[in-house]
Amino acid sequence: MQGTESGVETLSMNAVVIGASHAGVNFAFNLRQQGWQGTITVVDSDPELPYHRPPLSKKTLQTTECVPTPLKAEKAYADSNIQLRLGQTVDDIDRENKQIKLAAGDIIGFDKLVIATGCSPFIPPIPGLLSQSKYFAMRTYADVKAIQSALSQSSDKDVVIIGGGYIGLESAASFKSLGANVTVIEKQEKILSRVTSPVMSEFLSTLHINKGISLETTKDVVGVKQRGNKQVVVCGDGTEYLADFILVGVGVRLNTQLAINAGLIVEEGIKVNGVCQTSDPDIFAIGDCTKHFSTVYDRWIRLESVQNAVDQAKGAAQYLTKGVTPAPVVPWFWSDQYEYKLQIVGLSQGYDDLVVRNEDEGQFSVWYFQGERLLCVEAVNHTKSYVLGTQIIKKDLRVNKQLIADTSTPLSKELLV
Amino acid sequence: MAKVIFITQANESVEVEGDSGSLMELAVQNGVYGIDGDCGGVCSCATCHIHLSPEDFDKVGAPAETESDMLELDDNATEYSRLCCQIPVSDEIDGMTFTVAG
Ligand SMILES: Cc1cc2nc3c(=O)[nH]c(=O)nc-3n(C[C@H](O)[C@H](O)[C@H](O)COP(=O)(O)OP(=O)(O)OC[C@H]3O[C@@H](n4cnc5c(N)ncnc54)[C@H](O)[C@@H]3O)c2cc1C
Ligand code: FES
Repeated sequence: MQGTESGVETLSMNAVVIGASHAGVNFAFNLRQQGWQGTITVVDSDPELPYHRPPLSKKTLQTTECVPTPLKAEKAYADSNIQLRLGQTVDDIDRENKQIKLAAGDIIGFDKLVIATGCSPFIPPIPGLLSQSKYFAMRTYADVKAIQSALSQSSDKDVVIIGGGYIGLESAASFKSLGANVTVIEKQEKILSRVTSPVMSEFLSTLHINKGISLETTKDVVGVKQRGNKQVVVCGDGTEYLADFILVGVGVRLNTQLAINAGLIVEEGIKVNGVCQTSDPDIFAIGDCTKHFSTVYDRWIRLESVQNAVDQAKGAAQYLTKGVTPAPVVPWFWSDQYEYKLQIVGLSQGYDDLVVRNEDEGQFSVWYFQGERLLCVEAVNHTKSYVLGTQIIKKDLRVNKQLIADTSTPLSKELLV
Repeated sequence: MAKVIFITQANESVEVEGDSGSLMELAVQNGVYGIDGDCGGVCSCATCHIHLSPEDFDKVGAPAETESDMLELDDNATEYSRLCCQIPVSDEIDGMTFTVAG
């Protein structure tokens, strides 16, 4: 897949990007900054000036004025000569004629195309859920506005969240701060069980329960009914939860249909090489919708994070303008819930040993190892652990596990072996 | 109301003014090159790194613990570094000049 273009003559070239979010917008600006001289057009179905998604479940939901945080100022697009086409959906990629077709009928030709279509909330086919209107997802600014309006119209403020993942839990914390009664229903025995260790899962469960969230685990939602003006969420074991509205946060559906229709290689994500090139050398893909080979973890991975969207955007832009292949990156992620800041570096999957470092009350970190190799650090209100973990994983250094657990030893290079 | 100047890595000087929000937001609103603010201002990404003059640094104050820890991720950090998402726009910073770090 790898091409070798360098010092590309771009004056007469058209770069077209599908998706104007963290990946697409950062790509467009980086491409221009790296010296792309041709046109840059970015198309997105969302009519809003492109905004940060992470605050949606956090600050945006919590504040009643509820304004999105723009990724870039409106005038920055004009200044960088980036054409934004908002509120327009791309229907088709025609590889043969190198053009995309918009739903409205317009055709845009490209020399280089970037697919940054991300993902959309997955709405499970729960009987009764789709047929009634009081359910929401949490992915767009429009979602948050609709949720806030539903919340302000409900007198009881009974909210049921289906799914105890990061988005569900962050939303739970935000709803709580708005005075709602929140129930989180999770299918697994533990929240976040697929992405974290029992230690972190336990900490977050206790946290949410102490904050007054009803956390119902090992519960399968089998139906939704209407009773009066309430929604009734029915579980497999017969239990029922009343809601004024439901938030669905059970995962995502990848927006890869355009790529599939175009015949690109897609396997739970659009497959890309180290410079984000797809199986078509003139088509690139970046962000949540992609799958790439991580040389750090030696396997194919798909990430849903701002870090990955931004790093892939920069990598693809550098390659297209300079022919440079980006250095390997270590993934990182954060989540804010109540007064707790979670910072994660690396990927814990495949760990066979973990060490917990308990600092002061409410401050700790979990260090995940495979043998002697540090894979990941999850830090709660403890940025020092996150920072040292980042440095260690980046350089693949070895640490003394006993000393990590021993808080009388300060977190410093002395922990290295 | 605060009027401040950002000096970018390309040595461009950008004068901006504002009266609320964070210094990072002000920079992003004005398209100051090098201030990305990837985490939206929650001190998680270190892409809003600036250098202050020693006098201004004293006036603005030292970073809180999370911020100073995050700064350690950046090789360009000096003792006068700040992550500008953690600096509110107020009269206090009026007239200051900041150098974009990265
Ligand atoms: C509520 C919430 C909280 C989050 N919190 C965090 C966090 O704390 N930390 C973190 O690192 N990450 C977080 N994330 C994840 C992060 O926001 C995503 O990883 C990031 O947005 C991915 O960017 P992207 O550009 O790849 O895709 P997306 O943000 O999904 O954007 C894809 C864009 O493509 C557009 N699009 C799709 N198909 C078409 C089409 N056919 N035509 C036109 N436009 C199209 C969509 O409208 C959309 O705007 C959070 C996500 C959500 C939803
Ligand atoms: S904007 Fe992310 S640390 Fe300042």
